[in-house]
Amino acid sequence: MRAFGIDEALFIIAAVRWTLLLSLLAFTGGGIVGLLIALARTAPPTWLRRTAAGYIQLFQGTPLLMQLFLVFFGANLFGANVAPITSAAIALTLNGAAFLGEIWRGCIQAIPNGQWEAATALGMRHLPRMRYVILPQAGKLAIAPTVGFLVLLLKSTSLASIIGFVEVTRAGQIINNVTFRPFLVFGIVAAIYFVLCWPLSLLSQRLEQRFGTVSR
Amino acid sequence: MNYVFQFGDVWAAWPDLLWGCWLTIQLSAVSMVLGLLVAVLGALGKTMGPKPVRWVVDAYVEVIRNTPFLVQIFIIFFGLPRAGIMLTSNQAALLAMVVNVGAYATEIVRAGIESIGRGQIEAGLALGLRPLQVFRYVVLFPAISTVYPALSSQFILLMLNSSVVSTISAQELTATANDLQSRTFRSFEIYIVVTGIYLALSMLFSAAFGGIHRAVFARPGQR
Repeated sequence: MRAFGIDEALFIIAAVRWTLLLSLLAFTGGGIVGLLIALARTAPPTWLRRTAAGYIQLFQGTPLLMQLFLVFFGANLFGANVAPITSAAIALTLNGAAFLGEIWRGCIQAIPNGQWEAATALGMRHLPRMRYVILPQAGKLAIAPTVGFLVLLLKSTSLASIIGFVEVTRAGQIINNVTFRPFLVFGIVAAIYFVLCWPLSLLSQRLEQRFGTVSR
Repeated sequence: MNYVFQFGDVWAAWPDLLWGCWLTIQLSAVSMVLGLLVAVLGALGKTMGPKPVRWVVDAYVEVIRNTPFLVQIFIIFFGLPRAGIMLTSNQAALLAMVVNVGAYATEIVRAGIESIGRGQIEAGLALGLRPLQVFRYVVLFPAISTVYPALSSQFILLMLNSSVVSTISAQELTATANDLQSRTFRSFEIYIVVTGIYLALSMLFSAAFGGIHRAVFARPGQR
C-alpha cells in the first residue's frame, strides 16, 4: 500500500489531457456526423428523414456503454488491433452525432416558416437555402445547447475507462487500487470533472439567455 | 474478416438474460419513484425554502450534474464503506441512481413549478389553503404535467445509464451480459443482443410513460 502524495495527485491530474483529447476527438467527429444527421433529418426526401430519425432513435435508445462495447469488441473481430482510445472516439462520435443531430434539428426547425418561404421565393434550392438562410440563423440558436452538450460529452468520456483507456477516471481507479483512499481519490476525480464542466454549464445558461430566442 | 458469428450460446442463456432484464426494470423503476420523490422535495426547497435550503439544493444539483455518473458510483460504493456505511453493490447502485436522477429531476420539476402563474398560487391562498396545501393541490400536479415529457426522457436516460452500475457488479442486464461474456467469449454476439434488449426496454418505458400520462394527467373530456 502506498501513501497518497503529490505524485499520486499529479498522476491523476496529468490524465486530464487524455480526457480532453478524447472529448475533442469525439466533439469533432460528432459535430461532423451530427451536422449530416441534422441536415438529413430536415431534408425534403422522406427516406432521408426516416433514416436519420432511425439513427437517432437507435443511438439515443441504447446505452452508451453497450455502444462502446460493440465498437470495442466489434473492431477487434475485424482483426484490427484497435486501441481503446480509437474505439472510445468512434463510439462517442456515433453517440454524440445522434445527440447533436437531434439538438441541431430542433434549432433548424425553430427558424420561422417565413424565412424558408422567403428563400424559396427568391428561387433558392434546398441546399443554398440551408447554407445562406437557415443555417446561419440556426447556428446562433445552436450555440447554447451545443455548449451544454459538451458537458454531457466530457462526463461521457469517463465510460472509456471501462474499456481500459487511461483518462481521469481510470487514473483515479489505478491510484485508488494502490492507496485505498477512495473518498480522497474519487473526490479529486469528481472535482476535476466539476472544474471542467461547471464553467461550461454556466456559460451555456448565459448564452441561452442571450441567443436563446429567434429574432424575427 | 473470417469470423463466424455464433449466437447459439446467447440464445441458450435466454433465461439469464430475461432475469437480467427484469432486474434492470426493477432497479430503474424503483430509482425513478425515489428520484421523483427527491426531485419534488428538492424543487420544493428550491422554490419555497429558506435561503440555506436553497443553497444546499443548488449545490446538490450543480455537483451531481457536473460530474460523471460513474465517478458518483465509485464514491458511493468505495467511499461510503470507509465512512462506516456498508452497502451491497445493489444498494450502492440504487443509491447512486436515485442521487443522480434526483438532481436532474429537481431541475426539471423546478422549471415546471416556476411556470405556474402567480395568480394560481394567490387564488389557492385566497381560498384559505395553507402554503403546503397550495403546493400539493395547485402547483405540483400541473407543474409535473407541464414538464412530463422532459421528466420521462430523463427517466429513460436513467434506465440506459443503469448499465454503468455493472462496473461495481450490481446485478442487472449488463452484468448478466458480462458474466455470459466471460463464460463464452462471444462478446460481440452477446452485446448486440443485449443492445437490442435495451432498445426494446426504452420503447417499453416510453410506452408506459405515455400510458401513465393519459391515465393520470388527462383532463375530463380529454380521455
